Formats: sequence, C-alpha cells, structure tokens
Amino acid sequence: MTSNNSHFVAPIDETPLLATDTVKTDQAPLSLWSDAWRKLRRRPLFIISALLILALAVVALFPGLFSAVAPNDGCVLANSEGGSTDGHPFGFTFQGCDIYSRVVHGTQASLSVGILSVLCVLVIGVTVGALAGYYGGWVDAVLARLGDVFFALPLILGALVITQLPFFRENKSVWSVVFVIALLAWPQMARITRGAVIEVRNADFVTAARSLGVSKFGALVRHVLPNALAPIIVLATLELGVFIVAEATLSFLGIGLPQSIMSWGNDIAGAQASIRTRPEIMLYPAAALSITVLSFIMLGDAVRDALDPKSRQR
Amino acid sequence: MREKEMTTPEIHIDEAGSAGVKPLLEIRDLAITFTTGSGEVHAVRNAHLTIMPGETVAIVGESGSGKSTTALAAIGLLPNNGRVSAGQILLDGEDIAHATEQRMIELRGNTIGMVPQDPMSNLNPVWKIGYQVKETLRANGRPSGPDDVAQVLSEAGLPDAHRRAKQYPHEFSGGMRQRALIAIGLSCQPRLLIADEPTSALDVTVQRQILDHLDTMTTDLGTAVLLITHDLGLAAERADKVVVMYRGQVVEAGPSLALLQNPQHPYTKRLVESAPSLASRRIQVAKEQGLEASDLLAPAAEAAAADNFLQIQDLRKVYKLRQGLGKTTDFAAVDGVSFDVKRGTTTAIVGESGSGKSTVAKMVLQLEKPTDGKILFDGVDTSLLKSSELFKFRRRVQPIFQDPYGSLDPMYNIFRTIEEPLRVHKIGDAASREKKVRELLDQVALPQSTMQRYPNELSGGQRQRIAIARALALDPEVIICDEAVSALDVLVQAQVLNLLADLQANLGLTYLFITHDLAVVRQIADHVCVMEKGKLVETGSTDDVFESPQQEYTKALLNAIPGAKLMLPPEVA
Amino acid sequence: MVRFILKRLLQVIPVFIGTTLLVYYMVFALPGDPIAALFGDRQPPQAVIDTLRSQYHLDQPFWVQYGLFLQNLFTFNLGNDFTGQPIAGSLARVFPVTAMLAVEALAIQAIFGVAFGVFAGLRRGGWFDSTVLVVSLVVIAVPTFVLGFVFQLVFGVQLGWAKPTVGANADWGSLLLPAVVLGLVSFAYVLRLTRASVSENMNADYVRTATAKGLSRPRVVIAHILRNSLIPVVTYLGANLGGLMGGAIVTEGIFNVPGVGNKLYQAVLRSEGPTIVSIVSVLVLVFVVANLLVDLLYAWLDPRIRYDQ
Repeated sequence: MTSNNSHFVAPIDETPLLATDTVKTDQAPLSLWSDAWRKLRRRPLFIISALLILALAVVALFPGLFSAVAPNDGCVLANSEGGSTDGHPFGFTFQGCDIYSRVVHGTQASLSVGILSVLCVLVIGVTVGALAGYYGGWVDAVLARLGDVFFALPLILGALVITQLPFFRENKSVWSVVFVIALLAWPQMARITRGAVIEVRNADFVTAARSLGVSKFGALVRHVLPNALAPIIVLATLELGVFIVAEATLSFLGIGLPQSIMSWGNDIAGAQASIRTRPEIMLYPAAALSITVLSFIMLGDAVRDALDPKSRQR
Repeated sequence: MREKEMTTPEIHIDEAGSAGVKPLLEIRDLAITFTTGSGEVHAVRNAHLTIMPGETVAIVGESGSGKSTTALAAIGLLPNNGRVSAGQILLDGEDIAHATEQRMIELRGNTIGMVPQDPMSNLNPVWKIGYQVKETLRANGRPSGPDDVAQVLSEAGLPDAHRRAKQYPHEFSGGMRQRALIAIGLSCQPRLLIADEPTSALDVTVQRQILDHLDTMTTDLGTAVLLITHDLGLAAERADKVVVMYRGQVVEAGPSLALLQNPQHPYTKRLVESAPSLASRRIQVAKEQGLEASDLLAPAAEAAAADNFLQIQDLRKVYKLRQGLGKTTDFAAVDGVSFDVKRGTTTAIVGESGSGKSTVAKMVLQLEKPTDGKILFDGVDTSLLKSSELFKFRRRVQPIFQDPYGSLDPMYNIFRTIEEPLRVHKIGDAASREKKVRELLDQVALPQSTMQRYPNELSGGQRQRIAIARALALDPEVIICDEAVSALDVLVQAQVLNLLADLQANLGLTYLFITHDLAVVRQIADHVCVMEKGKLVETGSTDDVFESPQQEYTKALLNAIPGAKLMLPPEVA
Repeated sequence: MVRFILKRLLQVIPVFIGTTLLVYYMVFALPGDPIAALFGDRQPPQAVIDTLRSQYHLDQPFWVQYGLFLQNLFTFNLGNDFTGQPIAGSLARVFPVTAMLAVEALAIQAIFGVAFGVFAGLRRGGWFDSTVLVVSLVVIAVPTFVLGFVFQLVFGVQLGWAKPTVGANADWGSLLLPAVVLGLVSFAYVLRLTRASVSENMNADYVRTATAKGLSRPRVVIAHILRNSLIPVVTYLGANLGGLMGGAIVTEGIFNVPGVGNKLYQAVLRSEGPTIVSIVSVLVLVFVVANLLVDLLYAWLDPRIRYDQ
C-alpha cells in the first residue's frame, strides 16, 4: 500500500457504493418559515421576550385589571412625592397622583404608538423600496432621491420642526405622533427593502416564473417580496423598540403625546422636578419603558438569528 | 504531463542517490471529525496518501467526498469545528497532525503553499495585489521590495507587473486573480503546493493556460503538488498519481493511467464512465432510444422533424454601458448571430463567459428584446406576438437554469413549484393538477412524496430534476437549458443528462443547450454553435465540429477539454 | 478618487436643497398666517412681526422667499431671536461646545465599541462575548434621556465623580459625562455590529488564504479581519449621526450644556419658530456634509466603492 507505484483498491465491503442522489424521506418537510420557527422556539431570548411582550399586551389592552385606581383619580397635592402606602405600591408623583396606576395606564400609549408607527413605516417603506428596487431606472432614481431628502432630516430634528406646525400643536394625539415618526422613519425601511429586492430580483426562480407567463408585477408579489421578507421583518421588530423610545423622547421634550394621554415619556419629564429628592418617581416609568424596549430589541435579535440566511442549510 | 514524465525520474535519482527516496508528505489512516449541532460527523476516515518530492498527486472526488478537508488538514486550516481524530500527517517524517499553531505558521508559505479554489473570494478586496504579495514575502523572511513583488507576479504570468501590483483585486479578471493567487502560493518557493480546484471557476481556455503555467513553475522549482479536483480527466492529465475519494474514504489510488485504464473499485468505474471529459461520444442510450422514438413518431411529426423549428436571423443585442458622468458606450453582447434549430434535435451553443450565449437564450425566451434581427418560432416572428400570443408562446418554450439553488423559489414547496405553471395558465382543476404533478415527478424519477418537501431539503441534482419537471408541466416543445448541468457533480450530471436524453426520445422535445463545457456537448448535442465575444464563430454538426474544427478558437476550446488527449477508456476504444 | 468625490458632491446638493425646502415649506408655506402660526397662542410684539415679515420676505412669491432664505443661510444671516440677539452669533458661540461633545461621544462609541466588538467577535461564545452581549442589549433598551438622569444622579450627585451639570464653561473634562451618556446607546450598536462583522469575516476565504500564506495571527486579525470589519461600522456611524444630533438635544438639556441642542431645546420650549427653522437648517447642512465625509472614509476603507462601475 505504501509503495509508490502500487495500485490500491479499498475493500469493497468497507466502501459500499450507494445509489446516486437519493431523496431523504426520514424527516418531516420543512419550509424556511417552519425551520426559522423551530429555531426560534428553542431560544431562551425569544421565550423571555415573547412572554414579556404578551404580558405587556395584556396590560395595554386591559389596564383596569391591574390597577383599581384610575391614573388621574385622587391626585391630591397633599400626597405629593408621597412614599409607598397601602393600595399605592409605588407611591405618588409630585402632583400627588398614584405612580403605579400611571405606569400601568402608560403601557397602552407606548405600545400603540410603536405598533402603529411600524405598520405605517412598513406600508410606505416596503412599497417605495420594492418598487424602486424591482423596477430600477428612473423610478429608482426618483424614489431614492426622495428617500435621501427625508433621510437627511434626523428624526428628532424633523419632529421639532413638524410639531411647530399649528395643526400639530392643536391636535396632539397618538396619531399625530405616529404620523411624525412614520414620515421621518420610512426611508430606512425603504432602503432595506430595496436592497433585499435587488438581491432577489435577478434570481433564476424569478426569471423562471416570468418565462412561465407570470406577469412582471405578479413575480414581484409572488416570488420576490416573500423572499425579501427576512430583513424587513427583522428591521420592523427592532424599530418597534426604537419608535417606542422616539415617542417617549418626543413626549419628554413636550412635543409628543399631550398631557391628557398617559405616557411614560410625559411622566419621566414630570418627575424631573423630584429627581434629587425622590428619584424613584422617575425610576418606575423609566423602568417600564426600558423593559418594554428591551423586550422588542430581544425579540428582534432572536428573529434575526433565526432568519439569518447563513445559518440555513442549503 | 509531458514535462512531468521527463522530470520526475530525475528527482527520484537525485534523492535515491543519497538515502533512498523519502516521501515529502505521508498521510496515514487519517480521520477528521466535525462537531456540528446534530452531533459528530466523520468527514474523513482511513485516508492515506503519499507524495514524493517533486511529484504531483491528485485527489479526485465529488463534493462532500472529503477531498478538500484532507488537504486542509495537511496545512492546518481545518474549520474551527473540525479536528484530526486519528492518524498521522507526516511532513518529512514530522507528524504535523497536531502541531502547534506556531509551528504551522513557520511551515505555511515557505514549506507548504496553497492555491485556493475561488479567485473571486480569496483575495482581500481592500488591499492592493502588490501588498498581498508583499506581506507573504515579509512574513516568510524574504526580500519584499517592489521589484521582488513584481518579479513574483510576472513569474506567475502577469504582464506589466509593476503597474498591476498597484491595482486592487476588483480591477483584475478572474484569470488574472488566479494568477495572482498562484504567485502568492509559490512566492516563497514551498516544497509542497496544495492546489484546491485551482481553476474550476475559470473559462476552459484560461483554465488550460493557467494549469500549463502552474505545471511549468512547479517543475522548475521542484515543488510537489497536491491537486484537488472533481475532474478525473484533468487529474489524469496533470498528475502522476490519482487518489479517488468517496464519502470520506480513499477507495482507489494508483498511477494515473493505470487507474484510468483499469479502474477496480465500482465507484471509480462509474466515475470513469461518467466523466464528460472522458466519455467523448454521445450517450448511447439516447441514440438507441432516439431511433426507436422516431419510429414511433407519427408521419406528420417526422416530416416536421426536417423543418427549422426555431430560426435565429442576424440577432443583435446592444447594451449601453455607463462610462460615468452621463457618457455611455455601446456594447454588442450579441452581434449578428444566425442559426436554425430543427424539431426534435439538440443544438448546443458553446462559449466562454462574455460570449453572449446566455443573452441569446434570454432573447429566445422573450425575456430580453433583441436590438436587431429576428427570432422565428414555428415560422412566426416572435417580435410580432401580442401579449396574449406571448402567453401562449410561453407554454411551448420553457427554460431550465444553471444554479440548482437559485432556480427554485425557496418559499414554495415542490408541489406548488411544479403546479405554478398549470395554475398560471389555468389548466385543469385542483385534482387534475395534483395528478399531473405526480406524473411529472414520476417522469423525472423522483418519489411522489417529494411533493411536500422544500427546495432546501433537496440536493442540487434533485432540484435540477424538479426544475425539469416544472419546465415539462406545460408540455412544451422547446426546452432551453442554460448551463443546466454545469453546477452538478459528475455522476449526478450524467444522471440528469440521461434523463434529458430519455425525455427527448419519449416526448420529441427540441433542446437548445447553452454551455461552456464542450465535453458535455459531445455527449448530448446534434448541432453545435460556437460563440466568441458576441459573434458566431463556427457552426455545424457535432461530429463535424469535433472531428475537423475550422476555426482557431474552436480548436483552442477543443484542446482545452481536460484529458482530451488521453487515450480513451477501453470500452470505447 | 477625485471623480468619486465630485460625484458625491454633486449628489449632496439636491439632497440639501430638497431637505431645506421641505423644512422651509412646512413652516412658511402651509396655509395660514405663518407669523401667527410661529407664535401659537401668544401675541408677539408688533416690532417682531415687522422684522419677521421683512426677514422672511413674506410678501414675495414662495420661490423667491426660499431663494433668499438659502442666500441668508449661506451668508450666516440667520436673523434675530426673540430677545433680539442675532441667531448666527449665538450659534457661533454654542457650536464649538456641541462639536466637542459630539467628537467625544463619537470617539467613545467608535473606540470602545470596536475594541469590545473585536474581542467578543474573535471569541464568539466565550464568557466575555456572552457578558458583553447581554449588557449591550440592556444599554440599547434604556433611552438616552433616562440614562442621562440616572448617570447625573449616580455619578454626579451621589458619587460626586463629575459635575452633575456643565454650565457656561464647557471643556473636554466637564463634557465627559454627557458624552458618555450620548455615546452609550450607539456604543452598544457599534459593539454588536463589529462583533457580527468580525465573526463573519473570520470565516471569509481571504482570511483563510492569508493564514495559509504564513502570516502570524495578529497580522491576520489586524490587516485582514479588522479592516474589512470596519466597513459596515463606518456606514452605521454615518447613518447614525442624525440620531446623535437628536440625542444631543436631550443630553444638553439634561446636563445644561450650552450647546446647539440646548439652544434648540430652549427655542422649542419657547416656541420660537424662526430660530428652530434656522438651527435645523444649519444642522441639516452639517449632517449632509458629515455624511459626505463618512462616505469618503468609506471609500478609503473599501476601494470597490471608488471604482466607477
């Protein structure tokens, strides 16, 4: 065997010849989504964040279940900066309102602004990005420049200008905040979508579909977009957290939600006055805000890992 | 090969004169294990091979056979989750299977060099070529001035080396990058060069030039070469000894010619039979069955067989290339191409990258509009088709593409993939469509249970068969195969080619076969069109073109088929 | 390279014009009396109204107004704020402070983010990596203004390591605490991006080839892994400059830093429309120019970008 010119043949019973290219039939069929879901399900990061988000959703939908006290009920100045008492576990704000109740009722505003903004950004960003990336040419050039213009206006700066408009000053609401965020944040979604669509649009399966007789737009909807979804979903999940922070920041600056809507950003701004004496007044809404954002960031992280094309088996 | 036979004995005599011939590299009972999420995978078992100084040894195998893994172990570059779990790798008698990283750094570059597979991804895109050569020289303690760098590059066959050294990889063509990688691999004059599929990503003519040059350089330097390849013809032509690996094991090893002429192991036998570069005749089955099929065809179809089903007349496609800042230049991707395709036959368009062959395919498929010229399908000018007629045209002409990973939508399961054309053309109801999908799967020899699978669960060959099934769903008359088997392993390739031949015989299909691989053309085509830089260079029957090529370019292409000059396998002769 | 710079410069101009047009249009051309709108519920002094009318050429057609506004912007004739101070002059005073704050914050996120990210990426799955990942998630989740108050309270008031507020005389030392707050969130993003990029590049073919050439491990890491991994990080830092500006408004407000953000914040509190428009326009200009610089850095890091296709 070691001699230089010998002709070695392995024992055939030790190296049996198998049939060329047999189909594996021992496992259940696995689509990319069910594969991603299977990976996701096993990640502790996902389980923790999903449970947290579920809990937050319940609190947001039914705040009354968790707090018998309405947020603005019984705000008595005598209770100003009061400590924890029976039925008021977190104590009282500077205005003498129940902190626990305000934190519970603030959930709704944060979550609804976050979710609605993401939905709007998805609609605008994905439409613009997909059209620009798929059709290319002048459509792309026009939409890209439009995106650049909005992109050059950073979120907080743009919001400062827009909220100076009389209409926004007079109609502060969840929707006005959603509008401002969506208007300024869609370009990033458009960019990501455009990139993902460009990556897919020249794939052979798209050409194959076109030569089957599928129309150009049909191929975009049926083949290109579904395959470009992964980065879009990841960004949307991460942006949920980012937009919740944005709403809180705008409210903190006094240009977000009106005082009449319970919002953690407003409460943190209000707690500034007591920061030296009773820092925990700020701590409670701040902690609620951070935990909410953390849940969505963790979810985004877990989803990204699960959808990562590099971790897929080919 | 010629040089090899002359020089190898000299080296043997040199060393034998002192202390007998000692192997440079000896791999004994090597086992390599990967730790993956689903447990331990034994990628290589009981591998053994011996390389004498100055000798070229080739490891041949399909993807997943463990050939590259074995070679990477010899230079200590196994991926992090892989390890040598048994056996020895002896370099000059020193076992380096478990050598320290420090020792391996000493050996790499000046004792063991490497030329990697893909020239596109193996040069760092952010550094100039010259710097990437220079750092190699410096790390191995050699002079690394600009002149030394230029010398290394020009020795690898890069003209104008001083200027080239100042360029970045993206300014190089694939062939030039591979030359740069060869320059780097040989710059410190290693005693062993590991060449992992060094040319498989390149055009055939470039491939030949580079392999010739590599031969000359390693011969001059007396470097031993461990050549990794999937192509048995190429291995036999370039190496003194061939080692055949199959599923992680060495199944046969021996002197190249002996192994080729007298394969012993059933796997090697099958490989010798299937290698397109060796089997230089058309698939026997197809011919036999083709004759039978023509007997079965109705007289009308027989008469039609004589007519020109597809006529390409003076086809041109001009792209506007941006020259920056608003200027454009015209680039003729396809320039005045005319040929006819007869019903029920296979016409191959052969050419290297940039020859315009795929653009012709796209225009025939009506996915791109010709700038000039006509495509007549069944006597009708396709440019005059209205959209409803175009929709009907699509039922009759279907494509199969190269990349078996890219041609199926990963989101669609196999049933939806094959059913899509039926649904788009509103053929039948749900039940009849399902029946048709089952029939199609039978036709391409896949189990019906494949229906519920997704593309990512299938191998390349299986996906290509699914793509064939999808193309057949509308009962087309013409199938355009754009490099349809190029990405497949040899045995799988043979299987798919056989399937295509059977289908042609049974269904009377007309094929337009786009490929860069002349060896495959010989096996499957009746007619050949050779394209170069957008122009049709030569056209004729396959036998004529192969036996008496008229143009220099065609001759060069034929010469570039690896192993073309080797003697034919016994059963053919 | 020269052509690349020219091309990018040409692309910047329409973006700047488009963005300032958008801002200007929103404030001055939407229906309603812009002057009244600028002041909301309050009644401005007649003198101020007159000055504003002439300053913004409200009697002229919209395009003339906008043209003159651009001209004013480029000649730094930004008009006066409500106290009668020229905006340009006070901007010139506060701008260096914000620039210092931004540079300090950028340096913190770039240096520490990249360093931590490289260590984590090279030893993916190790204890350092796992710790850093969890910590960075928490840092990302805490909004800048919450972080600002917490740091102010803990390091400024309770531990006394730094002045809780900066005040009039801002220098590098006193700006350190706000810069840390401002840079912390992006630091976490940079860290995670570097880590992902490093661990991806470690498996790149050219890194394996570099090792096969006989290079030592440190050389491979520095020349081949690190440089290539910086490319997405630079892209992120550029895209995130806008976030940094937004953060600066909040941070300067909390720490009482006499910077552009604080000026803007005060203008917002007092609803001084013209001041807001002027400052935002200047900031957009800075943002666009800074992005241009980042693009050049990007082109320097990745030669493929320079290459004209």
